[in-house]
Amino acid sequence: MPGVEGFMYPNEVELQWSVLIVLYPFLTGLVAGAFILASLERVFRVDAVKPTYRLALLTALAFLLVAPMPLQLHLGHPERSYEMYLTPHRTSAMAMFGFVYLWYLMAVLLLEIWLDYRRDIVMMAQSTTGLKRWIYRVMTLGSSNISERALAIDERIGYLVTVIGIPSAFLLHGYVGFIFGSVKANPWWSTPMMPVVFLFSAMVSGIAAVMLLYMLATWARGQKIDMRCVDTVARYLFYTFIIDFSLEMLDLIHRIYESDESFRSLDFMVHTKLYLSHIVVQIVLGTLLPIGLLALTQVLDLTELDRKRIYVLAGCLTLVGIFAMRWNVVIGGQLFSKSFLGYTTYKMGLITREGLLAAVALMLLPFAILWVLVKLLPPWPESNPTRQNGCV
Amino acid sequence: MFFKDAGHLFRLAAVFLIGLLLFLVLRNTLVPKSFGQYGHFRGSALADLAARPVNFAGHQTCEGCHSDVLEKKKDGRHARVNCEACHGPLAKHADDPASVAPEKLDAAVLCVRCHEANAAKPKTFPQVVSADHSNGLACDTCHQPHSPAITAGGAK
Amino acid sequence: MNLTRRHLLFLLPSAAVAWKYVLAGTPESAPNYSMANHWWGMLIDLPKCIGCGNCVRACQMENDVPEGYFRTWVERYHVSEWDMENPKVDSPDGGKKGFPPPREEGGKNFFVPKLCNHCSDSPCTQVCPVGATFDSPDGVVLVDKTYCLGCRYCVQACPYGCRFINPKTNTAEKCTLCYHRITKGLTTACCESCPTGARQLADLKNPRDPIHEFLKTHSVHVLKPHMATGAKVFYNELDGSVR
Repeated sequence: MPGVEGFMYPNEVELQWSVLIVLYPFLTGLVAGAFILASLERVFRVDAVKPTYRLALLTALAFLLVAPMPLQLHLGHPERSYEMYLTPHRTSAMAMFGFVYLWYLMAVLLLEIWLDYRRDIVMMAQSTTGLKRWIYRVMTLGSSNISERALAIDERIGYLVTVIGIPSAFLLHGYVGFIFGSVKANPWWSTPMMPVVFLFSAMVSGIAAVMLLYMLATWARGQKIDMRCVDTVARYLFYTFIIDFSLEMLDLIHRIYESDESFRSLDFMVHTKLYLSHIVVQIVLGTLLPIGLLALTQVLDLTELDRKRIYVLAGCLTLVGIFAMRWNVVIGGQLFSKSFLGYTTYKMGLITREGLLAAVALMLLPFAILWVLVKLLPPWPESNPTRQNGCV
Repeated sequence: MFFKDAGHLFRLAAVFLIGLLLFLVLRNTLVPKSFGQYGHFRGSALADLAARPVNFAGHQTCEGCHSDVLEKKKDGRHARVNCEACHGPLAKHADDPASVAPEKLDAAVLCVRCHEANAAKPKTFPQVVSADHSNGLACDTCHQPHSPAITAGGAK
Repeated sequence: MNLTRRHLLFLLPSAAVAWKYVLAGTPESAPNYSMANHWWGMLIDLPKCIGCGNCVRACQMENDVPEGYFRTWVERYHVSEWDMENPKVDSPDGGKKGFPPPREEGGKNFFVPKLCNHCSDSPCTQVCPVGATFDSPDGVVLVDKTYCLGCRYCVQACPYGCRFINPKTNTAEKCTLCYHRITKGLTTACCESCPTGARQLADLKNPRDPIHEFLKTHSVHVLKPHMATGAKVFYNELDGSVR
């Protein structure tokens, strides 16, 4: 059979989950990671990262809005997806999706953004005209109370929302890890480490994404990049990356040592079919190189320009590496036969519903949405003078 | 005092409540009535699945009309081979024997499917290398499929 | 006794509950069939399998299985000597047209028919997010194709590779144990067309079913027992090399 080496069960030859299912955990990972970065400021009082606070929230929202789209495109019957809300099967991790998503969107992210921006929304509802005015007026929910007391209440509630938001973000992305990690039929996926590895790699990708977006947006607006802020973000990226890398290495070493029934087949797969995506892209270019680069900035006393260059390079490599990790988990888990006797090939379509074009479009869409959000709710520190503890 | 300054929060809570009510109403209307009848699934699915038309009639149905063939078969090596194993699905023929005729079978294709020699077949199973076996003659020249043993006079 | 409103208030709800239990016994279109009396499985007697592929063809014809997908299939194993972990396995078109003579002689060769194991603790129904695939009260794992979203989670969760997505309906599909036949007293299409009796439908709740005696007197296995799926397809003399 074309594309098949060795023996595969006849129904296994065709892959079930495509590049869109690779994209989904990547997107929710960015959401979770961006939110954790925002919570660093709000809950853990890391003042240095303040300039990225609002941008991180908007980034999380932009990616969260796009996140269900690859899933809908992938379903055989997207028009039936509402069934997950009506008759969720309580033993299925996937059934959680609808509720966790809705909870995170409504009760965490939108609420936190609304509470943080409310003063600006009310003011813009009064100062703008035309369509924008109506949008802002709807967002005020009819209340124009921005007295000291009201804002103090908002601050308090917002703090609570962020505190609840951290485990909610963990749940939003952790359950995806559990979806894979709990499948006993698939030894590449089945491990209790899966949700943890997913989470830490999500945090890495989210922090890197916000760091890059902040640097890009600040440069595009002709403003000066706050180096104390970026240095701090990069430091958190470095620490989180070390933890993520350690977890993945632990999983690898454990597999090699135990060498169970599946190991020979998986090992062969990693060295042949996944060589480029796993060894070259994920491990070397996407993990070791960025960690090394970030380590340099921690150990050596580099100039501001050098540090910026390294952060950009490390950030981009990180995002590529984390995408590769999702690819290797999702696609890799379907390339080998559950008989451990053969392998198949992933034939990615180009213009099909689940093809490359759709994936690229969905990857770019959050940036388009973010652009709109940034126009509607400017996250820049300069346009937010009431916040006293900025680091300008 | 608190209520005046938290007015916006109460409005938000109202929005959430309306949303929840809407969800509950939709849920009641959209969930299929038989859902949960026997478990977490649509109970009438069982009836839907059981209602599929049958294509293989089953050997008892064949033997109802073709008892003569059953007689011939019952002492031979093919006694336990069901009719439709060779003749294919014939429920349509059983429903309307006059107008739906079974297909003519090709011995050259049919017999070798089971009896072509293959190392993976059980050693005790009768198998031959068909190319060397019959000098090009059709299987039913010597073997009558309903009672395949060869007697002195060749096929009956 | 005069039936007052108060009596009705007690009687009607209890009657409703009782009716529910009556209904539980009868899928509507099979009048003499009561689900509570059956617990379905299958027996595969491997020494009898000749790899003719009748079962694969019959299933396809009975259930409109699309080309290239298989509700049941036959694998051929070639095991050389002692290396049980590296058998050579093939299944040309699922064994639908039988098997060509093997390339390698010697060693041990045999056929293994496979199908959905109708697990009593099935990992596939566990992961279905909406309840489109389910365990029937009589032990058959089924798919409600009007409810299935086509998310493919169940296909991933099945350790045996018996599920696929039907390209016409875009829903999950697999062996139904010919539910439409067994509820009418017929056997499955694959068992009906098996010429050697290698495949036999088994009703574990029927005291007269030969399966009970067979299980007591033969060395019987299930596929991938370490997965603890409660599989109900029993293989007689399953070799250790079978994956």
